[in-house]
Amino acid sequence: MASEAPQPPGNLLSAGISVPSGRRRPGAGEPSHPGSGDAGGRHPSAAARPSGVNPRRRRSGRGAVRTIAAAWPYLLVLPTVIGTAYLLFYPLLRSVVISFQHFRTGELIRGGAAFVGLENYQDVLGSAEFWTVVRRTLVWTAVNVVLIMVISTLTALMIVRLGRRMRLAVMSGLVLTWATPVLAATTVFQWLFQSRLGVVNWALVSLGFDSFDGFSWFASGQATFAIMVLLIVWQSVPFAALTLYAGLTTIPAELYESARIDGAGAWQIFRGVTFPMLRPLFGLITSLEVIWVFKCFAQIWAITKGGPDDATTTLPVYAFQVAQSLHKYDLGSAISTLTVLILLVVLVAHLRRMYKHEGEGL
Amino acid sequence: MKLRRLPLNVAALGVLVVSVFPVYWMVVTAFKPTRDIQADTPQFLPLHPTLDHFRTAVGADGFAQFWRNSLLVSVTAVVLALAVALLAAFAVARMRWRGRKAFILMVFIAQMAPWEALLIPMFIIARDTGMLDKLSMLTLIYFIVTLPFTIVTLRGFLAAIPAELEEAAQMDGAGRAVAFRRVVLPLLAPGLMSTSLFGFITAWNEFAFANALIIKNQDDRTLPVWLSSFSNVFGTDWGATMAAASLFMVPVLLIFLVLQRRVTTGFIAGAVKG
Repeated sequence: MASEAPQPPGNLLSAGISVPSGRRRPGAGEPSHPGSGDAGGRHPSAAARPSGVNPRRRRSGRGAVRTIAAAWPYLLVLPTVIGTAYLLFYPLLRSVVISFQHFRTGELIRGGAAFVGLENYQDVLGSAEFWTVVRRTLVWTAVNVVLIMVISTLTALMIVRLGRRMRLAVMSGLVLTWATPVLAATTVFQWLFQSRLGVVNWALVSLGFDSFDGFSWFASGQATFAIMVLLIVWQSVPFAALTLYAGLTTIPAELYESARIDGAGAWQIFRGVTFPMLRPLFGLITSLEVIWVFKCFAQIWAITKGGPDDATTTLPVYAFQVAQSLHKYDLGSAISTLTVLILLVVLVAHLRRMYKHEGEGL
Repeated sequence: MKLRRLPLNVAALGVLVVSVFPVYWMVVTAFKPTRDIQADTPQFLPLHPTLDHFRTAVGADGFAQFWRNSLLVSVTAVVLALAVALLAAFAVARMRWRGRKAFILMVFIAQMAPWEALLIPMFIIARDTGMLDKLSMLTLIYFIVTLPFTIVTLRGFLAAIPAELEEAAQMDGAGRAVAFRRVVLPLLAPGLMSTSLFGFITAWNEFAFANALIIKNQDDRTLPVWLSSFSNVFGTDWGATMAAASLFMVPVLLIFLVLQRRVTTGFIAGAVKG
């Protein structure tokens, strides 16, 4: 939940997560809800109807009618296919092509870019700066995701144990955070950490840390990095915590009881009951957070543009800097392509599992 | 018993404060007179509430224009995505055809696409086709970004509506389109509503493409980009900056209130239960 707006549930729905449903909260199982029904294609009546042809029409149909009817599904998905081809696959392809060309300001204006083979990749992979950025991006992703997962898990476990009113209050607070637009959040964080009037410096000084009097957070690389982590974690925890909480409520109470009768402590219960039951959900949320944090761009660009001293330059920011500020579109495209490849490597296990689930679920 | 729950409630209070305070501080700052904002000791309550900062924000150059741009782009993109997705979702949920699996796979790939990696080629394509600095280009991008998840969610909603309902209507002599409009569409309305609102939020908040593709024509900027340059607009006037940020958040907050029940119970619980 780092770079996107409140993440629509589509990702979750599509992930084919199955949590054994035991103790379900009332109202959770609305029949009209997506995912509660059978997947469309396996619907008995849909399966019995061959190739979407209306049975009545088919009975009376000649060949031409049947052809038109059989063409319907293709006509219906045509706009989607055209849109995706032109606005997603074509730009992706274009990006890869440019990464094998010499493409600077001249080529941008005049066209006629020449192919240079692997030259751009050699340039990028041969520069020490690139590897510094890669290392920074991995650290950035690891720090953020670990913090997000630990805090979200603790928060979810806490919400389950709260009384009704306090639970509602905490969940409303989390939803409010979730609803806060990225750009509103970046603006507020800059105000919170403002050097002279910022409320954070005031609080720190009041607590006795006098060195924070007038401390300018955004002048120091490490301090800025810390603020960015704080911002990302603050924005990401609500989605993860609320989803984990929803998962927790589906674990049958009897499992906890029998574990308690066996004399298990809180940590043992978490390791022996909670975590195994929610393992798919943990896997899914961790993967989503890795994706969102890794490719996070808006927050960093809006606050620091990668500075100070490149302390917050992660791969997506680096690619954009190289292309937009230095007009080296070829190198920027090469970096973008490498970014996607690195992310794919990081997520290969998750993708394999996703694909398996999608195959079955539809 | 009460005492045992004390640490838990303290922790809950901590989480509540940390999650709410930044937003609270934004709104409170927006309502405080500049004198109070610059006081040595922060004032945690707006003791002298004023609308001055909101007046400054609304009166800023191009404010109405940027609101209009953001609304126009977001609404158009969502309507477009909804129309296109409805057709595709129907084909996927109600029909069997060769290539259906491949189509679904394409939608999932699109859903996971690394959009940030497309900033550079989109810029170049926009430039080549004369779409740079055009709101229509942004609209198209927001359309394609929201399309995959709109298809997936609508497919889910559609699959939950028994096909027998449509078939019954067709038995009674209604055509397939009529059956769809009279029977399915009303049942689908809540799904259409929440899906489009989520899409709207995504488009409304989008920053990266708006920042990269609207360069020369400053009148065509959207609110997030305008807000990101607040120091150029308001200088060190933090009251006005916070007022602008608060106003930007209002539509999103309203949508969350509308979807509240779904957000906190339905969507998440349903998503988990799979």
